[in-house]
Amino acid sequence: MKPRKNKVQKGFLPSSRRALLGAAVSAGSGFLLSAFLPGLPLLKASKAQDAATGAIFSPNAFIRIDAQGKVTFIIRYAEMGQGIYTGISMLLAEELDLELDQVFLEAAPADLAYVDSVAGEEETGGSSSTRDSWIPLREAGAAARMMLIAAAAHHWGVTEDTCQARNGRVFHRDSPRSLSYGELAEAAAHQAVPVKVSLKSPADFKLIGTNPRRLDTKAKIDGSARFGIDVQITGMKIGRIMACPVKGGRLTGYDRIAALAVLGVVDVITLPDAIAVIGNHMWAAIKGLEAANPRWDYGSNAVTSTNDIVARMKKASEQSGVQAVKNGNAEAALKQADIRIDAVYELPFLAHAALEPINTTLHIRQDGADVWVGTQVPGRARQEVADATGLPPESISVHNHLIGGGFGRRLDSNSIGQAARFAKQVPYPVKLIWTREEDITQDQFRPFYYDRISAGLTRDGAISGWHHRTTGSAVTARWYPEGMQKGLDPDAVEGAAQTPYALPDQLVEFVRDEPDAVTTLWWRGVGPTHNVFVVESMIDELAHQAGHDPLAFRKKLAAHQPRALKVLEEAAKQSGWGKVLPPGHGMGIALHYSFQTWAATVLEVAVEQSGQIRLVHVHTAVDCGPVVFPDGVVAQIQGGLIFGLTMALYNEITLKDGRVEQTNFHNYRMMRLNEAPDISVHIVPDPDAEIGGIGEVGTVAAAPALANALFAATGKRLRRIPFAKQFGGEKA
Amino acid sequence: MGFDLKINGVVRNLDVPPDMPVLWILRDLLGLTGTKYGCGVAQCGACTVHLDGEPVRSCLLTVSAAAGHDITTIEAIAQTEAGAKVQQAWLDEEVIQCGYCQSGQIMAATALLQHIPNPTDADIDEAMAGNICRCGTYVRIRKAIRKAATHET
Repeated sequence: MKPRKNKVQKGFLPSSRRALLGAAVSAGSGFLLSAFLPGLPLLKASKAQDAATGAIFSPNAFIRIDAQGKVTFIIRYAEMGQGIYTGISMLLAEELDLELDQVFLEAAPADLAYVDSVAGEEETGGSSSTRDSWIPLREAGAAARMMLIAAAAHHWGVTEDTCQARNGRVFHRDSPRSLSYGELAEAAAHQAVPVKVSLKSPADFKLIGTNPRRLDTKAKIDGSARFGIDVQITGMKIGRIMACPVKGGRLTGYDRIAALAVLGVVDVITLPDAIAVIGNHMWAAIKGLEAANPRWDYGSNAVTSTNDIVARMKKASEQSGVQAVKNGNAEAALKQADIRIDAVYELPFLAHAALEPINTTLHIRQDGADVWVGTQVPGRARQEVADATGLPPESISVHNHLIGGGFGRRLDSNSIGQAARFAKQVPYPVKLIWTREEDITQDQFRPFYYDRISAGLTRDGAISGWHHRTTGSAVTARWYPEGMQKGLDPDAVEGAAQTPYALPDQLVEFVRDEPDAVTTLWWRGVGPTHNVFVVESMIDELAHQAGHDPLAFRKKLAAHQPRALKVLEEAAKQSGWGKVLPPGHGMGIALHYSFQTWAATVLEVAVEQSGQIRLVHVHTAVDCGPVVFPDGVVAQIQGGLIFGLTMALYNEITLKDGRVEQTNFHNYRMMRLNEAPDISVHIVPDPDAEIGGIGEVGTVAAAPALANALFAATGKRLRRIPFAKQFGGEKA
Repeated sequence: MGFDLKINGVVRNLDVPPDMPVLWILRDLLGLTGTKYGCGVAQCGACTVHLDGEPVRSCLLTVSAAAGHDITTIEAIAQTEAGAKVQQAWLDEEVIQCGYCQSGQIMAATALLQHIPNPTDADIDEAMAGNICRCGTYVRIRKAIRKAATHET
């Protein structure tokens, strides 16, 4: 879950691809297939899947029907809890006129046919899966339906307009005849793929907008679901990896004999900066690595602490940066303001801490390789293995698996490359696992951000000058260098450059300062999780400073945004904004537009005498345009809020002597059930709006809503995450 | 050496080191991968199994301590009345997101209902606080436990 090319561009300058989509959508019915997948018409998968699976009708890469009528959907997005297997299946099944219980699902392999044309690669991230599939995958289903109908019409010698598809059969209107999709599959395969398809009118939707049972959950209640870490291959060994605890360090020695003496250990293999002990089971690998007692040259980062990193960022932030937005004259307007606030906001490095630790299973042979892994980027995963082994990519099969939590972590494939460099040293299949300690300390972290912000206000409550300068790492520069815009990382300013508010004199800058001792990566909510905290906190500061109600203040500043007003009003109504609260309680509000979705969140908090923070209730009103799977939207907001509130209360990664100080859940703390607030999600219908993303929306709202609620409860303004320790009430 | 472990009603003789945790026996030697590794230090609850009906963390439960006791894993919990109810409630409330922690959550919730058929909110908090869900399904876990508790058998 992170932005990349498309989302970066969406937030900023509409990409040509996005613009093309928009134009085509507004053109009405009779869509031209190729218009939606420029250069990538609805391809068939390039591999000989049909022969392997017995499919006789595979009109495109997403749908396969065999002679027995078994329908398989090939899902190009990774299922990591966000419900995308269900949502995508709903899009395909809606137009193919199938019930979801008639469908089998398969994870897509690494193949050009599964490239998300907006993302530009095969990728699950940026809250974009449903957005980027809303039209193309319905078209894929509709094209298949039209070919099945054409086959039936031809068979009966009737016209296609007298035939109708329903629940996996084609019916003839004027006679009692009907044929199943299985019976039609062979003939349908001989029909031409239609150049133009007609999508259903929303009034005719049978699945979209309903709440079917999720397709991935039944196997998750009885232990039968297979995550990457659960892979079992005949002859497979299991290894534990440990890399140098300091970035840039090298392995200098280890006790090979001691490691091999541990019962069940079969091999000890090394890379310049890491060691793996391989055994018949993970316990042997764990004990073997302890016995190996690796020794390191920690290198030049061995003296780095978080304080050094932040001090350097603070200094860097004193200079001007690359301008992201310059409207009017922010400095002049600030000088004229009646009220002025100058503030520094600080956001920590963050680990992803998905519950399934990093793991990769590989079998590398002379003629090719198999890789069993859960990844958000199957194409990158394959390339990593190719680079590590010298094998041609087409000889490498990536078998994607369910992911036990992604949150951006599985957008990076470096751990797969590391595993491949180990696995190529052994002839057998090997599952390589990072322990929890390795998963946290060797994570690629959400960047630390040091934000300076100055804002002014006139006596009548209008903003007079807004200057926001953010300093930190450019994730885009490493992960997708082509996305950099003349030194500007669009992600670093997303949510700051464009806000819901009228800011006539606005200057937003980015100062790039790369910490040497850590690698940075996308983290759920990406740019908006960072910037919306700063912007929504500052707006709240201004409202209180001016003596205005924070809700009324926002409504006035966002008066030109009707969708913003609707979600604000809904959240206020549902939460009882303005009601009298018990002593020690406070309500905070946050508004944002991220991933093409509007959301307003009201959070009620209680702060006890001891400083203990209790989350009472959260209401989020969300307008994401057309809704495919309403309960999926609710679940993502609920979970996204918990994810963001966990971070806001407890989380920070710190370094001492180049090492990450947090190692496991006892010192990188997760919210638990007894701390979780009630959460109510209110979907504001807006079916004619552009479709929005949802996976990261809740996370974005969490920290500002909580910070503003804590201010309302206590009068204490929190400009630094995490919050709990600043109240002295953090309990283990 | 060898240990007799009774897992889901079947006794198996295992020639393993005495300090080997049951978690890795289940996952790597017996192929019962429904029990998950999350932290290895009894912080997250993903590896929860029942030992004589009590929820325990299999990542710290050594084979020598488990020998001679009844172990039940997620793969067999449907055979218990409470387990089946909990699983159904989990589906009905659409609790699950990524699902990695949910074996442990279901094992913890089942043990709760086996001990306290009608738990209070405080009982639920206490019984479930040891199980981390990174996807944040807590709101629905609470609801599903209440629902499972009110089901007629």
